Amino acid sequence: MLKQIEGSRAVAEAVALCRPEVICAYPITPQTHIVEACGEFVRTGQLENCEFINVESEFAALSVAIGASAAGARSYTATASQGLLFMAEAVYNASGLGLPIVMTLGNRAIGAPINIWNDHSDAMSMRDAGWIMLFAETNQEALDLHIQAFRLAEQLSCPVMVCMDGFILTHAYERLEIPDQAAVDAYLPPFVPRQVLDPADPYSIGAMVGPEAFTEVRYLAHDKQLQALDVIPEIHTSFKEQFGRESGGLFHTYQVEGAPTVVVTMGSLAGTLKDAVDELRQEGPQVGVVSLSCYRPFPRTELRHALEHARRVIVVEKAVAPGAGGVVSMDLRMALQGVDCYVKTVIAGLGGRPVTSPSLQSMLRRALKGELADLHFLDLNRGMVDRELSRQRRGIASGPVAENLLKDVAVHGAAD
Amino acid sequence: MFQVRLHGRGGQGVVTAAEMLSIAAFLEGRHAQAFPNFGSERMGAPVVSFCRIDDKPIRLREPIHEPDAVIVQDVTLLGAVPVFQGLKPKGYVLVNSTKTLKELGLADALNKMPEGHVRVVGATELAVRHVGRPVPNAALLGAFAGVTGLLHFASVEAAIRDKFKGAVGDGNVKAARAAFDDVAVPA
Repeated sequence: MLKQIEGSRAVAEAVALCRPEVICAYPITPQTHIVEACGEFVRTGQLENCEFINVESEFAALSVAIGASAAGARSYTATASQGLLFMAEAVYNASGLGLPIVMTLGNRAIGAPINIWNDHSDAMSMRDAGWIMLFAETNQEALDLHIQAFRLAEQLSCPVMVCMDGFILTHAYERLEIPDQAAVDAYLPPFVPRQVLDPADPYSIGAMVGPEAFTEVRYLAHDKQLQALDVIPEIHTSFKEQFGRESGGLFHTYQVEGAPTVVVTMGSLAGTLKDAVDELRQEGPQVGVVSLSCYRPFPRTELRHALEHARRVIVVEKAVAPGAGGVVSMDLRMALQGVDCYVKTVIAGLGGRPVTSPSLQSMLRRALKGELADLHFLDLNRGMVDRELSRQRRGIASGPVAENLLKDVAVHGAAD
Repeated sequence: MFQVRLHGRGGQGVVTAAEMLSIAAFLEGRHAQAFPNFGSERMGAPVVSFCRIDDKPIRLREPIHEPDAVIVQDVTLLGAVPVFQGLKPKGYVLVNSTKTLKELGLADALNKMPEGHVRVVGATELAVRHVGRPVPNAALLGAFAGVTGLLHFASVEAAIRDKFKGAVGDGNVKAARAAFDDVAVPA
């Protein structure tokens, strides 16, 4: 059914259609509307046979999901930003134990300085935790990926994180197709756990493993991720057969055929980017877009194949690894070893800074002229940075950076 | 694509207004995208929300810098926030006030806009009369439909009732209707 609906509420509806048996979550901006709606559906009976468990923290939220999943219940939680950090130990436990929990991450920056707005720092902090990580480009995809995520998680017995951009997607009202229950039931079979804690047939889950088998446990976790590279395209195809639309898969390509320059990105940024490259194309240059829907496992071989004709690859990413550069870029450089192209990194949209089509176009024009640095910060206010650096050079006690920069904005304005 | 930027203060339903606008457009079979200027929502703080309306799917996800219409829900923002920044020369302006453009000090700034594209509506008063609360958003949407002709009033009414049930919905629809009728009369 077509609805004009907020992204968060649509995701909650998708989760409810998947018939979870346990939902436990702790509210945090910008994820709050999702779990509020989930709670409402349980209370009103729209979602039957499900327990909504109130917990006192994110650590408890995921720990409850771990317990519920180990007992054989289809389990769901959601978080963002500092909430994900607070549950970090449990994030590793969920994947280490191979429990098919689905978690939404309403992507938000990580403090300090505290910032409630969108970027991908939170997701990147857990990129090596052994979860399958999917990124939604639109709210329709966010909704659809949740339905796919339960099937994927349960087929592989591996937790899946569905990332959607905080505010930009979570709080946007759009026209979305909400599937009906019968279609979701046909697509998503009941949960049959690979392992289950059952008093009638007791065994333990989570044994201590020493050096004799730890490497093999981890190898199998890696192997499971590689299996996902085969399963995700299958799930993408069967989803299309059931629901009649494209959602998910490993990545999306746009105007890549014959384009010497390709921009690689993740999440909602891809929409603005597609508009930007369409405008550029009117001036002549052909620029393609690849948006990753699957970030973990990293589809190395498939990306290499998709990008083998590109001469310039520009990764636009919403997180920075201080002292190193772009996180997605590092993975991509590995994938493109031996391909005759260069990879540039553009850091954009940190802490909610709008990524605009004009900014992207002007960055791409520079890239096409070969003027882009290996690591470029989109719309960086250089004057603001230089003034702080000069304060720091003047003396040791230059004061707190965040507060200094806010004063700088008050004096000089936000634009340099 | 038609782009609307709404300015107001926390508690005035600025975000809800953009959402209702998108629902009204959806009901007419169009694509619409409504979103807030993502911030910490506090009562009284300046709030901005946006709505894009198009006949094809909307991919763009940047804030609206060059609106086709600006709705100002609170005139105390006029000196504090550049509400008309980027407004298209043939765009539309709706201001919530019982004063005239001249009294608001806007007459010169907006005198190049086309005839009938700039209207002042006493939306807060209409809301107090019909809803019992000073929430001007629904009334301004009624006026928006009247001034721009972009949406049928029936769609605005259905969008209001989607968000507000029962007596509150009725009151908001009455306020919207009064504003719609108000702008039908040339200023």
